[in-house]
Amino acid sequence: MSFFRRSPWILHYDGSSCNGCDIEVLACLTPLYDVERFGVVNTGNPKHADILLVTGSVNERNVEIVENLYRQMPDPKVVVAVGACACSGGIFARAYNVQGGIDRVVPVDVYVPGCAARPERIIDGVVQGIAALEGKRAAMAAGRRRGALRPQSGSQPAGAA
Amino acid sequence: MSGLAGAVLFVVLAPVAGGLLVGADRVVTARMQGRVGPPLLQPFYDVGKLLEKEARQVNPVAEPLLLGHLAFMALTGALVLGGVDLLFTVFVFALAALCLVLAAGSVASPFSHAGAERELIVLLATEPFFILMLAAVCKVTGASTFAGVLASPVAVAEELPGVLLAFLFVATVKLRKSPFDIAASHHPHQELVSGLTSDMSGRLLAYVHLAHWYETALLAVFVVLFFNRSVPLGLAVFLLAYAVEILVDNSTSRAKWELVLRSSWAVTLLFSGGNVLAVFLLGR
Ligand code: SF4
Repeated sequence: MSFFRRSPWILHYDGSSCNGCDIEVLACLTPLYDVERFGVVNTGNPKHADILLVTGSVNERNVEIVENLYRQMPDPKVVVAVGACACSGGIFARAYNVQGGIDRVVPVDVYVPGCAARPERIIDGVVQGIAALEGKRAAMAAGRRRGALRPQSGSQPAGAA
Repeated sequence: MSGLAGAVLFVVLAPVAGGLLVGADRVVTARMQGRVGPPLLQPFYDVGKLLEKEARQVNPVAEPLLLGHLAFMALTGALVLGGVDLLFTVFVFALAALCLVLAAGSVASPFSHAGAERELIVLLATEPFFILMLAAVCKVTGASTFAGVLASPVAVAEELPGVLLAFLFVATVKLRKSPFDIAASHHPHQELVSGLTSDMSGRLLAYVHLAHWYETALLAVFVVLFFNRSVPLGLAVFLLAYAVEILVDNSTSRAKWELVLRSSWAVTLLFSGGNVLAVFLLGR
């Protein structure tokens, strides 16, 4: 059995969101929704995180940050785009500084629609993210058995060791 | 119980007990906040996951140092229960903490450095007390080992109530409970991120968790030293104290390091220093 199902740790990054989706993400942690029931922890640290939860779109200034956060996360990892802005740029899509959805920069595994996305939907997105995480873990384990070093896409070498 | 059996028992059972306690801590914390909270076994799931996850090696020394942290933490408990001189074990305990500080200081992250520096302050705040505490326990019982203290007819808690109080204070600092969680935190904070553990991932972080479980169990063993006439009573007092720690953790915000250092020295000097002085003056 894999433990990823029971212990998905989340890194929440606020791109150029209007904060509507962020409030809904935080609502998931309140007593009403309490995602810690499922072992979810809001880590605030990419090196500890399994799921990158992004709200808001990518703009000229934060494109590097999103990329950097994603690269810092150890494998296996998944990205969940929360809200219309993160999925496609949303109502800000045509703003002069906005590049578009998160998938412009990092591979997105789950798209959670809504403006703002409702907490139930966000939780559902995370659950689907866990399934994707589980798939990547299995692929990683299989790769390890075959002797391949890093079957994941989009991640950087571990650095000098 | 022979020394070797005690040592082996600690190494095997302490992480189980410590992990369960941390799990119970998270459940109780959630209930205090009106939430359901994670399952009791959540810490084990977390560590299981961390072991499955990729471990990013940021430099060649962090992992050996963290393994040292874990090994020395387990060794401290094993030595205490194994019948080694109690005063000696304090230094192994300090060595365990030092390994963690060095590991956190060896990486590039400024958050990790801040955590390492603060952990050194915690060490400075607590280590002198541990020496004083064990010296006082040895003095009143006339024994120098764990088994010796348990066999002593003197009820340590009756002789050293001040030292016990000071110990419970210092335990808050050691358990990294708010308001003394200056070096690392389980919750995201902009000022500290994850402190000490900011740059650790995968199994490296799992070692830190495991070592923390050992440390928690070790603190329970220290409480038992005070209740040497009845081990179950000692464990009950430890659990009660832990429950109070959770309440304090939930109702206070993080203090500055100056306050941590000053308050722990003030409390330990006042209560345990006064207590030890009284014991000496009364000539026992
Ligand atoms: S999707 Fe709507 S609520 Fe969410 S960040 Fe964009 S504009 Fe705000």
